[in-house]
Formats: sequence, structure tokens, C-alpha cells
Amino acid sequence: MDPTSRAFIENAHAGLANPVLRRALGIAGTGFPARRAEAIQRLPEFEALRDEGKAIKDHTIAHLDYYLELYEKNVTTSGGVVHWARDAAEARAAVLEICRSVDAKIVTKGKSMVAEEIALNDHLEKNGITPVETDLGEYIIQLRHEPPSHIIAPAIHLMKEQVEEAFRAAHTDLNPGRIIAEAPQLCAEARAILRPQFLAADVGITGANFLIAETGSSIIVTNEGNGDLTQTLPKVHIVVASLEKIVPTLEDAATLLRLLARSATGQEFSSYTTMSTGPRRAGDLDGPEQYHVVLVDNGRSAMIGGEFQEMLRCLRCAACLNHCPVYTAIGGHAYGWVYPGPMGAVLTPALIGVAEAGHLPNASTFCGRCESVCPVKIPLPKMMRHWRERQFAQRQVAPAYRSGLKLWAWVARRPELYHTLVEIKARVLGWLGKSRGRFRALPLAGGWTVARDMPAPEGRSFHALWAERQRANR
Amino acid sequence: MSARDDILGRIRSGLGRGELAGGALAEVAARVAEHRRNLIPDRAASQDVAGRINLFIAMAEAVQTTVTWVEKDIDIPAEIARYLAAENLPAELRVAPDPSLAAIPWVERPLLNIRHGKAEPSDAVSLTPCLAAIAETGTLMLVSGEATPTTLNFLPDTHIVLLRADQVVAGYEDGWDLLRQRQGDGPQALPRVVNFITGPSRTGDIEQKIELGAHGPRRLHVILVDDGKARPRK
Repeated sequence: MDPTSRAFIENAHAGLANPVLRRALGIAGTGFPARRAEAIQRLPEFEALRDEGKAIKDHTIAHLDYYLELYEKNVTTSGGVVHWARDAAEARAAVLEICRSVDAKIVTKGKSMVAEEIALNDHLEKNGITPVETDLGEYIIQLRHEPPSHIIAPAIHLMKEQVEEAFRAAHTDLNPGRIIAEAPQLCAEARAILRPQFLAADVGITGANFLIAETGSSIIVTNEGNGDLTQTLPKVHIVVASLEKIVPTLEDAATLLRLLARSATGQEFSSYTTMSTGPRRAGDLDGPEQYHVVLVDNGRSAMIGGEFQEMLRCLRCAACLNHCPVYTAIGGHAYGWVYPGPMGAVLTPALIGVAEAGHLPNASTFCGRCESVCPVKIPLPKMMRHWRERQFAQRQVAPAYRSGLKLWAWVARRPELYHTLVEIKARVLGWLGKSRGRFRALPLAGGWTVARDMPAPEGRSFHALWAERQRANR
Repeated sequence: MSARDDILGRIRSGLGRGELAGGALAEVAARVAEHRRNLIPDRAASQDVAGRINLFIAMAEAVQTTVTWVEKDIDIPAEIARYLAAENLPAELRVAPDPSLAAIPWVERPLLNIRHGKAEPSDAVSLTPCLAAIAETGTLMLVSGEATPTTLNFLPDTHIVLLRADQVVAGYEDGWDLLRQRQGDGPQALPRVVNFITGPSRTGDIEQKIELGAHGPRRLHVILVDDGKARPRK
């Protein structure tokens, strides 16, 4: 998909003005965090597991070349094929070539963010192959021709009324008088519609939550079982995965799996954790005859050795989205590309450029909740700050903002002057705002006060009060 | 330059080194070969056999798996007949052609229609063995093979799993050890697919409300065979 991240500010306003989105995000913003908190409460070792998860991923990235080669060797030994792709175009071409080699007409798909990233569906469609999304959320948004708004719950921006509308528009063979107003009826209809597609598909495409170097296996984690039907029934299974999904051993995967579901949905373990190694074995009664892995770089290798390397630890659990006051107010589409929320605000500029996605790392209150819930302790706020520094260095910020920052920096480096000015400001504003206790508007701060009032200062600066207290205590 | 060499080259230049060699290489290779376990939560690790079984049952039931207990293989047909009748399901069963299920005396229940093999789209109920059950999260561990086709775990609406009491282990790591004991190290150690199954299929994609039976089975029923050595709580 073409990014619209440049229009972030307009997108965010549209999100805030959308009543359906407000209701849907209200459900998401409370449900996910509450369930996560309960799951962690039940596991006293969770904090220690976070440290181990971080260490495993750091070790892997520091030896990524070794583990990728070991992984490839073991995939090959088990009868699979690894296809290396430098960028999205190479990855799409690799998938298309495999599909063509078996003359594929219908391709079923499990949910995959990297497939969204490389815009795989459009490419298959353009080449006469029908991709069918099988995760319920993905299926809904495919019918609505829109991108996912959340990395694990793609249709989280919708209420059941929009799902009903999409199903009625698409499933025109069914009785128009049928009742599908409630979630159980909608789920049953999707199941009935998609089952024949699973059986008819020539190729099944899934992503991977983990790739295991030791064994050449890929792991997918799902709740619906759609990923399993996708990869078991067709004659070809293609795994599309980015480089950083590698982990060294089965033991390392177990540790990260203990973190993943709890951080994502607050489940102890997702319904289905499936580990695949190569194609159907001699004597097997089912399973694909071919097993391919398309290993996608698309900007990851460039993140190694730089200030965004730690982002490669990301497990795509979405805890940072679910706990973000900005994401839960504006929704995922505002971010304008594949990855929304705090993880998207760091990853998107790395993948499509800070010139395109520069607004994203600025859409943060720096409250730090994202980092505090990240299962692998990625310092998301720090990295958003790095992007802001880069924007400043590359002169991508408005001249007035630049001069303002420069002026502020000049003053901030002169503590005497700074304290004097702040003290004057606090007193003047305190005096002016005494009667109301707040300001509806302030000069030079119109953007800030347009949606909220500025509380009037009490008349003294924090520094002054602190100094006074220190003197009194002495 | 091939995409592969290009990517590996970029990674190495980012890491500021060439290909791993010497001591550094030996160290990483040893880390893989060692299969060192990371931190294991105490929840299951500290339990004895009976504790593990009780924990497995509690965790499984928390995610809508149903569990019943029988003493001997001879009791299995009656239990299955009872379950199917109680759930208002047809008395038909697609059974994994696995030797571990061969001793079940189906003749005891002549009205049960038993067929063996992989799942067909029309099959409503399947019966499979499992390799292990993970007490920590109430998870069943199933492996694919000649006698255990994967489709049995996903196509039918109802999946019945036969679990023997001595198959209940503490954590996933114990499951990895079982796999390695079967076939040794490396990719040859693994069957094509290992399925960790924790409750029936579900989705929360519509307004975050959990619905069972999204694409896989709506019902997951475990028959625990235990001769009383490690009698569970019921």
C-alpha cells in the first residue's frame, strides 16, 4: 500500500471525529490492558522472563548472519527452500514465481504483517491469482478494501454493524433475509464461506512469529486455526518472514512464547502454536508437498549497528499499541502505513524514510507506557527522540519551530537567565490567570489551547519552590 | 551479488565484523548444541505427577477444554459414546490410525461408526493421540506422522484427544526433550508439524468478544486415561 503517513495530522483529526472508531477503540483500550495485567499477575516470573527475552533477541541480532545461515542449512536439510529477498519487490516476485510454478488460482493466507508490508495481495491480484485472507479480522478488512488498523486485531476499528454491512455486500448468494446482527452469526457465516476456500486453495501463505535456527522450523501463533488450515491443506506452503524473526533454539522460542500471548491478548497461551519443519514426509497422509520460506530484509539489515537496532527485538505483540494514549485515541489508520502505534512510530521511518513518516515519532506524549509493557523492553520513547533529532538535523522541521527550539536551547544553557525568565513567566501568568484559574487561549500556543485549557501557574516556578524547600530543610 | 550474499554482507558490516570464526564461532555453535534451558516458571516445574495432572486439568478447563477421566482403555468407547450423546453429536468418529489407539475395544460399542485415516471435510468428530500435555498452560502437544495426520486436529468440528497420565509434563521444554529423544538432534528430530493446542478454536475479532469455533474445532475434549497411580482430583 502507498503510505499516507505524511497526512498523519489530517488522518488523526479524522480518527478523532469518527464516532464508530471512538466506540471500537474504547473497547480495545480497556480490554487488552486489563487481560494482560491479569495474566502477568498470575506469573510471578514475568519480569525476569522479559529480561531473558531481551537477552535472547540481543544475542540473536549480534550473531544474525550465523543464525540465518544455520537456519537456511536446516530448512534445506528438512526438504524446504529458502528464498532471500533484499526488498519488497524481490519478495513479491519470489512468492509469485512459486505460485506460478504450480499454476495457482486461489491462495489462502494466514495473517501476516510482513505480507502487508510488501503489499503481497495487490501483486497477486494483478497477476491473476486470488488471495483469500482467512483470519476473521483480515477477511473483514479485505472485503472492505482497507488496511489493518492493528497488528494483531486488524479489524479493531469496526463494530459489528460494519461487519454485517461488509458481509451483506460480499455474500450476495446468501438469503438477504438472514439475521447476522450478532458476533456468533457473523463468525458462523465467515466460517461457512471460508471453509470451501481452504479446501480449494492451491497455495497457502502464512507469516511466522519465530524461525528456529537450530531446526529450520517456522512457528505461527493463532487462535482461530485458520493458519493451520491455510498451511496444511494446499500442496504448497509459503512462509513469508522478515530476518529478525530468527531465534537460536527451541528453548529460546519457549521463553519468547511465554511472553508473547500474555503481552498480546492476555492469554496464557494462544489456542494454536504450530511449528512446521519442511514439507510432507514419506508416508504422511496430509500436509503440503512443498515448503518455501521467503526471507525478507526490506530495510532490517540497515538498522543493525545503528540507533534503531533494538527495534529488531520486536515480537509484534501489540502491547505498546494497546497501552498508548495516542493510538487508542486516533486508531491505526491515522499512522498511514502498515505498523501503527509506538512500534510503528519507530519502525515506519526506518522502513519508508523519516521524510515520509516524520510525523509518527512526534505523535507521542512520552508517557513511557509503551516501553514499560514491551515484553522485550524496547526503549521506544528514546528511539522516537532519535528520530526527532534526525529530523532536526536534516532540517525537516518548520523554520519557526527550528528557531523556537534554538532560542529555547540558548536560554536553557544559561541557568541564571532561564530561572529568571521562568520566574517572571510564572508570576505574570499566575497573576493574569488568577480569577479563572486557567487560560482558554495563549499567544504562541494556539495549537495547544485549541482543544484544551492551560491551567494557570500558582505564581512560583518549580525551581524556586524546590530551592526554598532545600533551604528550609537545612 | 546474490540477494543472500548481499544481505549477509550488510548484516556483517552493520555488526562491524566479518564472518564469525575461531573462538567466537565455537561459542555460538556450543550455545546451540547445548539446548540450555532458560528460566522455567515455578508453576508447573515444582509439581509432582498428581500436581501436574491437576494443574493441566485446571488450565485446560480455564480455556474451555473439557476433560474426563477413565481408568482403562476398555472404558474409552463408553466414554466417547456418552460424550457424543451428551453433545448431541452423531455416533461417528474419524480415528487416527495410530498403534497407541489400536487396543481400544470398539466392539464394546457396535453403534459407534469408526473410520480410520486423515480427516475428510465431512467428518464431524476426530479422535487422536498426543505426544504430551503441558501442565503449565493446559496445552496438548501433538505431532504429525504416518499415523497422525494433522487434518484430524483442525477440520472436524469436535476434536477428542486421548491423553495418558504419564504423558503430562511440566513445561514446553519437556516437550522438546521428548521430540529429541524420539529422533535425535537437528531438523531430523522433528516431525513435519508440532501442534500445541490450548483450548478450542476462537476469535475476538468482532468487538473483542470471544467466539469459539472460528475455523478449527468448536469443541476440544480430553479423555485422560489413568489407572489410578496418579489419580486426578475428580
